[in-house]
Amino acid sequence: MLQSHPDGPFVDPAATDVSDTAAALPPRRRGDGWRRAWRSMVRARWPIFALVILGLLVGAAIFGPTISPHDPNRQNIMLRLQPPMVRDSMGHVKFVLGSDGLGRDVLSRLLYGARISLLVGVTAIAIGGSLGVALGLISGYFGGWIDDVIMRLGDIQLAFPFVLMAIMFLVVLGPGVVNLIVVLGIGQWITYARIVRAQTFSLREKEFVEAARALGASHMSIMFVTILPNVIAPLTVIASFNIASVILAEAALSFLGLGVPPSVPTWGSMLAESRDQLIANKWWLAVFPGMAIVLTVLAFNIIGDWLRDFLDPRLKTNG
Amino acid sequence: MFDDKRTETAPGEPLLRVRNLRKHFPVGGGPFRRPPVAVKAIDDISFEIAQGEVVGLVGESGSGKTTVGRTILRLTEPTSGQILFDGQDVAALTPRQMRAQRKRMQIVFQDPDASLNPRETIRQAIGRALRIHRIGTGADREDRIVALLEQVGLSGDYIDRYPYEFSGGQRQRIGIARALAVEPEFIVADEPVSALDVSVQAQVINLMDDLTQRLNLTMLFIAHDLAVVEHISDRVIVMYLGKIMEIAPSQTLYDAPRHPYTRALMSAVPRPDPTIKRQRTLLQGDIPSPINPPSGCVFRSRCPSAGPECASIIPPLEQVGPGHYSACVKNRQFG
Repeated sequence: MLQSHPDGPFVDPAATDVSDTAAALPPRRRGDGWRRAWRSMVRARWPIFALVILGLLVGAAIFGPTISPHDPNRQNIMLRLQPPMVRDSMGHVKFVLGSDGLGRDVLSRLLYGARISLLVGVTAIAIGGSLGVALGLISGYFGGWIDDVIMRLGDIQLAFPFVLMAIMFLVVLGPGVVNLIVVLGIGQWITYARIVRAQTFSLREKEFVEAARALGASHMSIMFVTILPNVIAPLTVIASFNIASVILAEAALSFLGLGVPPSVPTWGSMLAESRDQLIANKWWLAVFPGMAIVLTVLAFNIIGDWLRDFLDPRLKTNG
Repeated sequence: MFDDKRTETAPGEPLLRVRNLRKHFPVGGGPFRRPPVAVKAIDDISFEIAQGEVVGLVGESGSGKTTVGRTILRLTEPTSGQILFDGQDVAALTPRQMRAQRKRMQIVFQDPDASLNPRETIRQAIGRALRIHRIGTGADREDRIVALLEQVGLSGDYIDRYPYEFSGGQRQRIGIARALAVEPEFIVADEPVSALDVSVQAQVINLMDDLTQRLNLTMLFIAHDLAVVEHISDRVIVMYLGKIMEIAPSQTLYDAPRHPYTRALMSAVPRPDPTIKRQRTLLQGDIPSPINPPSGCVFRSRCPSAGPECASIIPPLEQVGPGHYSACVKNRQFG
C-alpha cells in the first residue's frame, strides 16, 4: 500500500512539488502596467463607458467657459422658467436645457458648475480618504491608547451635526473654496478610518506581517507597504459614493455663505435652487444637475469597482 | 544548570543561549473587571543551541513552544531572562541594533497561506528582504532572487507570480527562500510542515535538512509531531505548560525517553512496523490552563506515575545521561 503510492513519505525533495504549475502556465511577462490596465478595462467594457463620461465631465470643467452658449449669470426676467428646446418666433432654440427662475441658461450653468463641483468632490475625498486611511492604519496597527485617542476624536466629531461643525470651522478659517474643500474632506475621514482600522486589526496578527517584522521592516513600511494594499480595496467603492454627498454638502455650505460665492454656479446650488420650482412642475431645473451628479457618481463607481478587481491579484481581470 | 559535560558533547560553540526566559501574558484587568492575571506561556526555561546544530522543540498546543521561537526573535518581548545570541543579549538590544540583528536570525512560519502577502509577487516579497538589508542592487537582486528560488527547488520563472498561484508546499518553499534571502545564521522554523499534506511534508523537511547542512545553518525546529522532529534534529527539547520536561540527543530521546511525559508522547508516534508490540500510555484530559497551573510539577495532573511528593516539589532539570536531562522527581526510579 505504502510502496505503491508514488507520493509516499520521504520521497526525494523537489521531485513532484515543483513541476505541477510549471507545465500549466507559461512564464508571465512583466507587461507595461498601463497597457495591462487598458486591456483589462476593454475586457470589462463598463470602465470604458465610465472613462468616456469622466472625459466629458472633465472636458466640461476645462472648456466650459468657451463652449457654453450664454453667460451663466446673465438674467433675463422676460424669459424665465423656459422649458428645454422651446423655439422663439424666429425658430431658434435659445435655452437647450431651459432657463431657471431668473432666466439664466441651465446648460451654461451646468457647464460652469462642473468646475467647482468636480474639484470639490474629488479633492475633498482625496483629502478625507488619505487622512482617514493614514489615521485608520495608525489606529489599527498600534492599538492601545493611540487607537483610543484617534477613535474617540472620530466619535466626538460624529456627535456633532456635520453642517454645524463645518460652520464652526469655516467661521474660524474664513469662507473660500480651499477652506471649503479642507472642511469637507475632514468631515469624511472617520468613515475611511473605521474601515481601515478594523481590517488592520485583523491583518497585523497575520504571519506575513510578522515576517516583515522579522525581516526588520520599519513600522511605517509595514503599515504602508505591507498592510495598506490589503485594506484599500473596499475604499475605492465607498469613495465613489462619497463624492455625491460631498457635492451636495458643498451646496449646503455655499447656501449658508460659507463656500463659494452665490455668483459661481455649482451643481449642488442649482439643485438647491430648483426646490422651489419643483412643485410648479419645472422639472428641468432639478433633473439636469441631478443627472450630472448621478453620472459623476456612476462613472467613479464603475472605475472604483474595476480598480478593486484590477488590484486583486486573485482575479484574472489583470492578465 | 548545564554542567561541563554538556558543552563537551556539543558539536560546536553555543550560538544561542537562552537563560531563565519567561514570557507572561497579562489577561483581563481594566476598570470594572477582575484584577489581571498572568498566563505563563514560558516559565523559566534555559537551553543552548550550538553552532550548526538543529534542535527540535516539541510539545502539545499550549505548551509555549511557539512563544519560545517568537520571543527569541523578539517578535514578542520577553518578560524576563536573557537571550544570548553569539554572546549578545538580544532582549537588551535597541530597536536600531535589533534591525541589524534580524539579518542574522530569521523565521519560517507555520501557515503557508498566511505567511506570504497576497498582494506581493515573489519578486516583491523576497526583494523587500534584500532591500531592507541593502543586499545587492538592480539586476544583481533579480539574479539573487532567482538563485534563492532555485535553491528551494522552484523555477526562477516564477519570480513575478503571486502567492495564490502556488500550492501549499510551494508557498512554504517561498517562505524558506525569503528567510534565506538575508543569509541568516540561525532560523526558527515554527511548525513549518504542520499545515502541509504528509507527502509534501517529507519533501519540505528533506529540503530544510539539506539546506541546513549545505549552508551550515543553526536551527530551532518547532513541531508538535515527534516523528517529524526525529528526522531532522540533533537534539530535542520537550516542553509542557511553559516548562522544559526533557532535553536529549535525538536518538537517545527516541530510544530511551526518561520523562513520563516524553514516554507518553513517544507511545503516540505511529511506527510502520506491525510486529512491534508497544505499551501505549494514554494521557487523560487536556493540558491544564496556564493561568492556574498545577503546583509542584506542572505535569502531575496527567502523569501516570505521579505521587504525593509531585505536588510540592518543582523538579529541576537533572542530568540523567550524556547530554540527557529530565525534570522529574522520580528520575532515579526511571533509570
